[in-house]
Amino acid sequence: MVLKGEYMPRIYLDHASSMPIDPRVLEFSKPFLTSSHGNPSSLHSVGLEARRAVEESRKKIAEFVHAENENTIIFTGGATEANNLAVKGTALRNINQGKAVVASAIEHMSVLNPMKELQKNGFTFTTVPVDSTGIVDLKKLQAVLTKQTVLTSMMYANNEIGTIEPIQEISTLVHEKGMYLHVDAVAAAGRIPIDVQKDGIDLLTLSSNDLYGPQGAGALYVKPGVKLQSVMLGGGQERGFRSGTENLFAIIGMGEAARIAHQEKQQENNRLISIRDKLIKEILQIDQSYLTGHPMQRLPHHASFRFSYIEGESILLNMDMYDIQVSTGSACSSKTLEPSHVLLAIGLKHEEAHGSMVLTLGRSTTIDDVQPVSKATNETVERLRKLSPMSQEWRK
Amino acid sequence: MATVGYSKKVMEHFMNPRNVGVIENPDGYGKVGNPVCGDVMEIFIKVKDDIITDIKFRTFGCGSAIATSSMVTELAKGKHVDEAVKITRGDVASELDGLPAQKMHCSNLAADALHEAIKDYKNKKQKK
Repeated sequence: MVLKGEYMPRIYLDHASSMPIDPRVLEFSKPFLTSSHGNPSSLHSVGLEARRAVEESRKKIAEFVHAENENTIIFTGGATEANNLAVKGTALRNINQGKAVVASAIEHMSVLNPMKELQKNGFTFTTVPVDSTGIVDLKKLQAVLTKQTVLTSMMYANNEIGTIEPIQEISTLVHEKGMYLHVDAVAAAGRIPIDVQKDGIDLLTLSSNDLYGPQGAGALYVKPGVKLQSVMLGGGQERGFRSGTENLFAIIGMGEAARIAHQEKQQENNRLISIRDKLIKEILQIDQSYLTGHPMQRLPHHASFRFSYIEGESILLNMDMYDIQVSTGSACSSKTLEPSHVLLAIGLKHEEAHGSMVLTLGRSTTIDDVQPVSKATNETVERLRKLSPMSQEWRK
Repeated sequence: MATVGYSKKVMEHFMNPRNVGVIENPDGYGKVGNPVCGDVMEIFIKVKDDIITDIKFRTFGCGSAIATSSMVTELAKGKHVDEAVKITRGDVASELDGLPAQKMHCSNLAADALHEAIKDYKNKKQKK
């Protein structure tokens, strides 16, 4: 067995959890930590310089998602905050229009938990199921929407299973009856083209770090005319929707990261798709291994699996011994000790959901990684199955 | 400072677990846990004159589930059954230099599996 640090270089395949900042972004944004440190609200020259850079970044984000104009972009402290603002900000502002919210069963917790809180405060909250590949059930969606539905939240693509949702069809259905469609595009942005106008999106969440930008910034696109209220009150920054002094370094880095992602998207994604497909083909040769999520409607950098008779945290720890970092939806690796709600939503049994492994590729990933990663996966699965009492029946 | 991750000892037992496997016709067998919860452990013991002469385990579960199983077999091997039955979850955790707080309940079932195996041995002995 190869142990950490012996001779294998690190292969980081957990880009959905965190990404390194692009060196070009770091260079671009660095002055805003030191010399150009102004508060964008200050009226002196140092403040104005910061203000101009923030507005330039806002413009880059608007172009990135093809928004109507840059005033549609609200910077936040991250995607969780943007999701909270989208959910609570529209529901509370439009309470006279209705008190119902809808989300897919596979939304991120930063959408589901604010909706649960609204439910405690008298809103109706309905989740829409997905099929075994993770695609939202459009008939069920249509059935649960009413004139009271002020907000429907559907993610562009799922971070745990990589499935891309039919957002344009969803948008049509939502706008037939309900009011606003919010789309969490954290996993999708930079990997598939997003056009908020063409896609019919009212609110859209982005994360800086998921674009190779600094952590600590996110953005919410809000279509002109959408009625929203702030959930963070204070000095009135971001046109009153998100008070608090701007995180200059992160916000300015986010814009530059979006510009680079926009420019390099196609070439980089074609590269990742070929690595991903080879990786999936190799790993699925393992006995009783299964792809989770959609085989075709899938993010370019995403390969997710489950293996019978073994548990995901053990898989993660064992892969880390090869200096390969992966993720899992297993209960034992979560803070709640519950298996991933996404894996349960696609119909996996608890014991099946425990044995999941998620690989998310990035710019550092190369085709040469496929062989060592498949080999390490094979050996990991084999070793853990030998320890497992559950593989007994199957081996007979 | 709160514990971050697993101790070196836990990782060492996870990577190189002791006494893995099955004993054919064991004198005692214990199985605890539930695949739905993500942990299943079974322990097989061979006993001579009330001394545990051999012990094996198989475990489905997370890192601490595997490490605690390995540790409990080490602690029990060679012990009189009346001594081995006194091994607690706490003993196993402290021999491993501690476990993260959320792992103390769900994954530390190894001592329970050992106790079940000893109970099984005693039941069989009574019937003889």
